[in-house]
Amino acid sequence: MHEIPSVKTYVAIWATLTILTFVTYSVAKIDMGGFNIVVAMGIAFFKMMLVILFFMNVKAESPLTKLFAGAGFFWLILLLGQFFLDYATRGWMPEGKMW
Amino acid sequence: MADSHGVVAEHAEHNPNLRHHFDTMAQQFDSATLGMWVFLLTEIMFFGGMFGAYTVYRSMYPEAFASTSKHMDAFWGGLNTAVLIVSSLTMALAVRAARLGQQKNLQILLVLTMIFGLAFLGVKAIEYHAHWVEHMVPYWNWDPNYDGQPQYAHNAQILFCFYFFMTGFHALHMIVGVSLMLVILMMARRGAFNAEYFTPVEISGLYWHFVDIVWIFLFPLLYLIGLHQHTT
Repeated sequence: MHEIPSVKTYVAIWATLTILTFVTYSVAKIDMGGFNIVVAMGIAFFKMMLVILFFMNVKAESPLTKLFAGAGFFWLILLLGQFFLDYATRGWMPEGKMW
Repeated sequence: MADSHGVVAEHAEHNPNLRHHFDTMAQQFDSATLGMWVFLLTEIMFFGGMFGAYTVYRSMYPEAFASTSKHMDAFWGGLNTAVLIVSSLTMALAVRAARLGQQKNLQILLVLTMIFGLAFLGVKAIEYHAHWVEHMVPYWNWDPNYDGQPQYAHNAQILFCFYFFMTGFHALHMIVGVSLMLVILMMARRGAFNAEYFTPVEISGLYWHFVDIVWIFLFPLLYLIGLHQHTT
């Protein structure tokens, strides 16, 4: 079907993921104000991409599977986007004059 | 089944694992993988809702959430992250072994994956027990004075509710994952898999890695918020 990745590739991905877990912990100790969450989520996103592309082998899957995996992100962005838009704008209208 | 209609001859022509509505093994494999991804999309939405709700409440009560996070032990959380990542490695190697037809390696790697999965659940049980002893289980066992910070008592319960729901549903997925591995292991022992047919190993692996990804996000969001405030 698809080419089989080497053991070395898998071990390298595992090592990277483990190192990034330590990095996540270490940078969480540094006070960066609002940037702490950005850095933490950035690293988590990168780790997720490594797992998806290599461990789940989406890198070598059919274009249709790639499209569906990508659609997951799209729907999640729709869900969270609408969610936060709602909560972020609830206080915008003056009290009692919603309609 | 074709057998019941007496069309036995067809079976001699192709791999016995090839279902009749597929043309080739590759097509069958791609269809199964695609189907599993569709299921994983529903899982993404399931956990996505919880992550969204968590974000809204965290933005409403940032100080209380950061303060409460110190009760979630970053050592156990970090250890469990490492354990899950190792389990993902053994899972990926198990799929590789299946694809190469290495029966013995496949079984060893599946057992290792299950052991790491159970180790994760064991650590989770230690943590839950510690929360119970410290009276930090909302509704059932909650200290109204909350650790000498009664001003946070209400909002801390909200974070603990998120904590128990999110890690609880994640743990439930781990239990399902370990059970899946047991089924796959029994199939492997029967010799059900070979280089041409390893689809169940592959799609169970996809599930396992997905559960790993959920934890990759849960770890910083639950254990590490406000860590810079607690350590200084």
